[in-house]
Amino acid sequence: MFKIILRRILKNKFALAGLIFIFFIVFVAIFSSYIAPYDPYKINVYKVLEPPSKEHPFGTDELGRDVLSRVIYGAKVSLKVGFLAMGIAILTGTILGALAGYYGGLIDSIIMRVVDVMLSFPTLFLILAVVAFLEPSIYIIMIVIGLTGWMDVARLVRAEVLSLKEREFVLAARAIGASSFRIIFRHILPNAIYPVIVAATFSVGGAILIESGLSFLGLGVQPPEPSWGGILSIGKDYITVAWWLSLFPGIAIFLTVLSFNLVGEALRDATDPRHWTED
Amino acid sequence: MLSYLIKRLLLMIPILFGITLICFIVINLAPGSPAMFQEELSPKASPEAVQALKKLYGLDKPLHERYINWLKMVFTLDLGKSFVDGRKVEDKIKERLPITITLNLLSLIFIFIVAIPIGVYSALRPGSIFDRALTFFVFTGFSVPTFWLALLAMIVFGVNLGWLPISGIQSIGVEKMPFHERVIDYIKHLILPVTIMSFSGLAGMSRYTRSSMLEVLNQDYIRTARAKGVPERVVIFRHALRNALLPVITLLGLSIPGLIGGSVIFESIFSIPGMGQLFYSSAMARDYPTIMGILLIGALLTLIGNLIADIAYFIVDPRIRVKRDV
Repeated sequence: MFKIILRRILKNKFALAGLIFIFFIVFVAIFSSYIAPYDPYKINVYKVLEPPSKEHPFGTDELGRDVLSRVIYGAKVSLKVGFLAMGIAILTGTILGALAGYYGGLIDSIIMRVVDVMLSFPTLFLILAVVAFLEPSIYIIMIVIGLTGWMDVARLVRAEVLSLKEREFVLAARAIGASSFRIIFRHILPNAIYPVIVAATFSVGGAILIESGLSFLGLGVQPPEPSWGGILSIGKDYITVAWWLSLFPGIAIFLTVLSFNLVGEALRDATDPRHWTED
Repeated sequence: MLSYLIKRLLLMIPILFGITLICFIVINLAPGSPAMFQEELSPKASPEAVQALKKLYGLDKPLHERYINWLKMVFTLDLGKSFVDGRKVEDKIKERLPITITLNLLSLIFIFIVAIPIGVYSALRPGSIFDRALTFFVFTGFSVPTFWLALLAMIVFGVNLGWLPISGIQSIGVEKMPFHERVIDYIKHLILPVTIMSFSGLAGMSRYTRSSMLEVLNQDYIRTARAKGVPERVVIFRHALRNALLPVITLLGLSIPGLIGGSVIFESIFSIPGMGQLFYSSAMARDYPTIMGILLIGALLTLIGNLIADIAYFIVDPRIRVKRDV
């Protein structure tokens, strides 16, 4: 099954390009200190707001720091937040969704009511409120983004579990006396893994978008730590004089999120039999 | 109809309570209290002064008591007084709300008008260049940080070309202009925010319309209609589109929280004095009552939006009147 899926994804050239870009950006993030041409924190008052040049391909910012180096270091922050927030959202959503679907009844109603309540909040309002009250840090941001992004996963897993729990292999497991815990985690969830992986891929991109938005508002990653949203926020202040501050970090965000979305889409097509006939 | 409406409204009650509870938890579990915040501003404040301040704001009482007090206030439509300027929260929100709602409605209308024809057209020609362009646009719409798009649009249309104003909702001295010029001025200020706000919604909606339309076009009743010689135009618009649009109504309802949430970013980028901007400045100032009030109003707007979408769905689709699992 895995091989078939991989072949399907690799056949899709957009997804392949996305996959390659994800590897590239992960590589850049891991080795940022070797790749970056300058120290991203190094202030140079003689080179303030210089347009892109051979020395500084992405120009310099309002403190004379090299924007390319800051964009390279920014990849670290965005990927960290993206992956960890995704992990929190997927874990929370999977566990709650599985519990709701498996036990049904009161547990199901309570969990699904919580989902309804969480979905009625404009997510950004909720995140902003929490982040504004706590000291903004990259970990708080991850947790908050994760804890406001699990509802769709919970619904998805619940639906999968609802249909899987009636299947013969689950009845068989129950008949030989397997515990509920074992049935959920060893028998049911592995069969619901593909939709969860698809949701996870999309949610990395979503989390990166939210993080950059928060940093843009000044409530995310705090300066002087470089982040894509943070550079854009400075770009807004110098919008009339320094377009390069607004252009390059945005491209970085866009391409990264696009890559995750393309891969997620290809994964969905490859794993969901309903999509096999399409196109 | 009536029983459905009543059932639907009753279902909202536990959600409403959940919403108030979450608002309250979020604000109160945070460590920075307004008293502490004041302390930071003036470190010389004596402990007695801080205590007095806490008492003034009701922060010395235990959590559950404060929640109940707050709930009582909320149900009498009294959202408390702002810590920042001492004005009533409901007044502050009231003067900001119309702008935000107007902007959101305009973008919903814009999305609806533009996305549906695009979706239908590409569903009729799957695989065509237009269809592929749509797919490209959809991926862009889902992946692009809209605040970045706003910045780019401001640079191109505002700074470089100078066609459109980049901040506020009216020019200075607008009061002196004749009426039609004022309207034009207003429209000019709204073009950028509304277009950019609608961008990702446009992508989602056109994609959704496309797939919904494709699905309907494969139905038996469409084949029947074609078989009995109904003109293609009638098949598409009367038989297919009407059915394809049903799920789109739900999607419109679902896109409301995203739009309202996005208003924080757009209003602060374009300096629009709406609820999003108020929320942002209150969050920065740790203005508890205002934040709670806006969170609550935001959630209520979402609930109302979904309710309207559900009712619309109910009216348009006779099938669910028979049986619907809520």
